[in-house]
Amino acid sequence: MLKVSGIHVYYGAIHALKGISFAVEQGELVTLLGANGAGKTTTLKTLSGLLRPERGSVELEGNGLHKVDAHEIVHRGVAHVPEGRKVFPRFTVLENLKIGGYARDNSALAPELDFVFQLFPRLKERQKQYAGTLSGGEQQMLAIGRGLMAKPKLLLLDEPSMGLAPKFVEQILENIRAINKAGVTVLLVEQNAAMALAISHRGYVLETGQVILAGTASELAGNDLVRQAYLGG
Amino acid sequence: MELALEILPQVLLDGIVLGFMYALIALGYTMVYGVLEFINFAHSEIFVLGAFVGVEVLLLLQSAGYLAILHPLIILLLVIVASMVISGFAAMALERVAYRPLLGGPRLVALISAIGASFFLQDGLRLFESLWRNTFYLNYPSLEFLDQTVPLAANLVIPVKSILVIVTALMTLAGLYVFVNRTKLGMAIRAVAQDPDTASLMGVPVNQVIALTFFVGGALGGLAGVLFGIHYSLVNPYTGFIPGMKAFTAAVLGGIGNIPGAMVGGMMLGLLEAFAASYLSLMTDGAFGAEYKDVVAFLVLILILIFRTKGLLGEKVRESKA
Repeated sequence: MLKVSGIHVYYGAIHALKGISFAVEQGELVTLLGANGAGKTTTLKTLSGLLRPERGSVELEGNGLHKVDAHEIVHRGVAHVPEGRKVFPRFTVLENLKIGGYARDNSALAPELDFVFQLFPRLKERQKQYAGTLSGGEQQMLAIGRGLMAKPKLLLLDEPSMGLAPKFVEQILENIRAINKAGVTVLLVEQNAAMALAISHRGYVLETGQVILAGTASELAGNDLVRQAYLGG
Repeated sequence: MELALEILPQVLLDGIVLGFMYALIALGYTMVYGVLEFINFAHSEIFVLGAFVGVEVLLLLQSAGYLAILHPLIILLLVIVASMVISGFAAMALERVAYRPLLGGPRLVALISAIGASFFLQDGLRLFESLWRNTFYLNYPSLEFLDQTVPLAANLVIPVKSILVIVTALMTLAGLYVFVNRTKLGMAIRAVAQDPDTASLMGVPVNQVIALTFFVGGALGGLAGVLFGIHYSLVNPYTGFIPGMKAFTAAVLGGIGNIPGAMVGGMMLGLLEAFAASYLSLMTDGAFGAEYKDVVAFLVLILILIFRTKGLLGEKVRESKA
């Protein structure tokens, strides 16, 4: 479904991605692992159009995305839940969800809204509250829910567990598994490698802008290098 | 004391009229600041452009003999719509030509460009009018029905012109409120004002929304310009400086970037000014006259800003912009 071929991305003079290639199949939940600065967030930003690759291509169902503007990419079926949640603090919960569906007709949003409220009942309770007043965990739920409102074929999740209390981390990852089960293909970036691999089908390991390892989740979880670097021994 | 009470309704009326004009102009500053975090210093010229479009439309109607024939409301509608549309498009063009190419750099660069654009527009108008009418001081042709007054009480005579300003401004502000808070495009503007990158991830075309914001702000400025022209009659290309500065101040007073704040700030400044103009000499026994109105108005503003640095309705400004 998603095919990334040899993308090079620069931040000014910094060569952040040095020819990354990977693929995600329909219905999969795939994780990108890697240390800080390995290029995980840069990869997601390139997929959603916030960054442009100098070379290489990104294809979704055979159509090139690497020259499409960010706001158009949502229309093509890719929703990006950015690092640090980035909910709109001066919007209510409901407004945040509505703008998540900006690319679609307002009248068509009801099924997704139901799905989001069913997944995150707490958002339903707080729908009139300003997003800036929510707790970190609630904001993460909102950010994911907002992404779902676009009715994406592919959902990009950047560090959904960052800065959350352990009980929230488990819940959020469980929610992600449920979203994937409901038919949404997911590309997940996580620091919490153990938990990410526990819910994923496959994974890739990034290091200094390159893919150094690829495999199924259980292969990666059993790999010595992954165990040492990301699973704490 | 008796005199003070007697003129109070009139002073209030003057203040309200002035306040609505400041509010309309201030909205242009504040909306653009909301989406770009930069002060469009050429906005005062967009305001003047509206005043000039208004006077040109009226003069053209007059020379074609339509001024006496057409229904006054149709004339007003023509003048107002023409000013708003042309000022709106001019503001959009300004963004495209003078700001957008520079927004990757420091905000100061765009600010300098805005000051340059301001001079360019002033002298462009001057050149155009000098060639076209041989003078750049233009007088609004008087419209009979606008020169009438409605006596409401012995001490309050309301000119139709003031009613025009109040009614038009109220309708526009209500329309703006609905547009910004109840429509999808308005929501897009508010999203871009909070976080442009994330807004683009939602499918909001950020550049188009910024252009739209300039159009709306410009159109409100153009409306203020034509109302100013109708109310005070004489306009020249440099008329915009003082009202522009005051409206900018009003926007800061209300909390820059905050739409209701611009309305409150504008109204407050207008009222302060009207009160100072009328009561200063009464209160000081003639030692300080109406010419000190701006001193008093700005003194109050400074005091407010000392105690409320974010303005009356100001919110925390975004800490950084990615």
